[in-house]
Amino acid sequence: MSDTAVANPTELRDGVSGFTQDWAADKQAFHAPWGKAMMWIFLLSDTFIFTCFLTSYMKVRMTTTVPWPNPSEVFALTVNGNHVPLLLIAIMTFILISSSGTMAMAVNFGYRKNRKAVVCLMVATALFGVSFVGMQAFEWTKLIVEEGVRPWGNPMGAAQFGASFFMITGFHGLHVSGGVIYLSIIAFKVWRGDYDRSGNYEAVEIAGLYWHFVDLVWVFIFAFFYLW
Amino acid sequence: MSGSDGQQHPIKIYLWIWLLLFVLSTLSYGVDYMAFQGMLRWTLILVFMVLKAGFIIAIFMHMTWERWSLSLAILTPPLVLLVFITLMSIEANYTFGTRLTFFAT
Repeated sequence: MSDTAVANPTELRDGVSGFTQDWAADKQAFHAPWGKAMMWIFLLSDTFIFTCFLTSYMKVRMTTTVPWPNPSEVFALTVNGNHVPLLLIAIMTFILISSSGTMAMAVNFGYRKNRKAVVCLMVATALFGVSFVGMQAFEWTKLIVEEGVRPWGNPMGAAQFGASFFMITGFHGLHVSGGVIYLSIIAFKVWRGDYDRSGNYEAVEIAGLYWHFVDLVWVFIFAFFYLW
Repeated sequence: MSGSDGQQHPIKIYLWIWLLLFVLSTLSYGVDYMAFQGMLRWTLILVFMVLKAGFIIAIFMHMTWERWSLSLAILTPPLVLLVFITLMSIEANYTFGTRLTFFAT
């Protein structure tokens, strides 16, 4: 790829023509594969979306004059008669951290061209993801059926609790589900030997970026929604 | 190391970060389990959150080893979100105040 598209690179034009020359010239800004750069830009846009959700949650929580339901109590579980606060959420957090670890290892083995290890680790990551979504489904069912939480109200306190909860965790859960499908497709292609033939395991790293981002978003949801 | 030849690092570093993330998650869960309240609680939550997020981005997502053109393009735009959050919290305080004034029983 040449540094510039004009015939004579040293000839700098002025005005509009020079502006197009500078901005539309065939220059490479990111010395990274285009797929990786584009995934990062997508993740940046996703950061803005999740920040908007968390900020609107911050706002309704700060403005309500009704006490906010205590998440520590709402998400507590009783195990063998012991009341453990936030237990299910803690397990979900550890599952997502584990899946991030297996994914990082998968990327690493990808660059070592160890096809079997990559497939196993990616399948493990996807299974962690599935169990995370399963636990989330359990949590939602418990909240809707037993606690009577609705998007427009709940028996524990501020009415906005349900709307914030379902919106934020629902959108994150969709990201995890989408990630599981994405990982499965890439894992299948690894298993089929696509990347051995092309000699390039970049696709595994790009899928890894997406998966780590899902874990990253959970770090913020865990801190601001469940712990705060 | 950077460039298009991919990211190759010793496995050891991933295992250490993995362990560290487990420890930090346990600590942040501990904040709730120990039922810390007030400023102490909020400070601890934020510290553990920032550390976890930082390690995930820097090591697992390989940001440490990327060229500056990519890291700066991705990491600086979210700074405007801090301005947005500040503005919204100022507005939220105002709304809360007016609600107390006009809706109070």
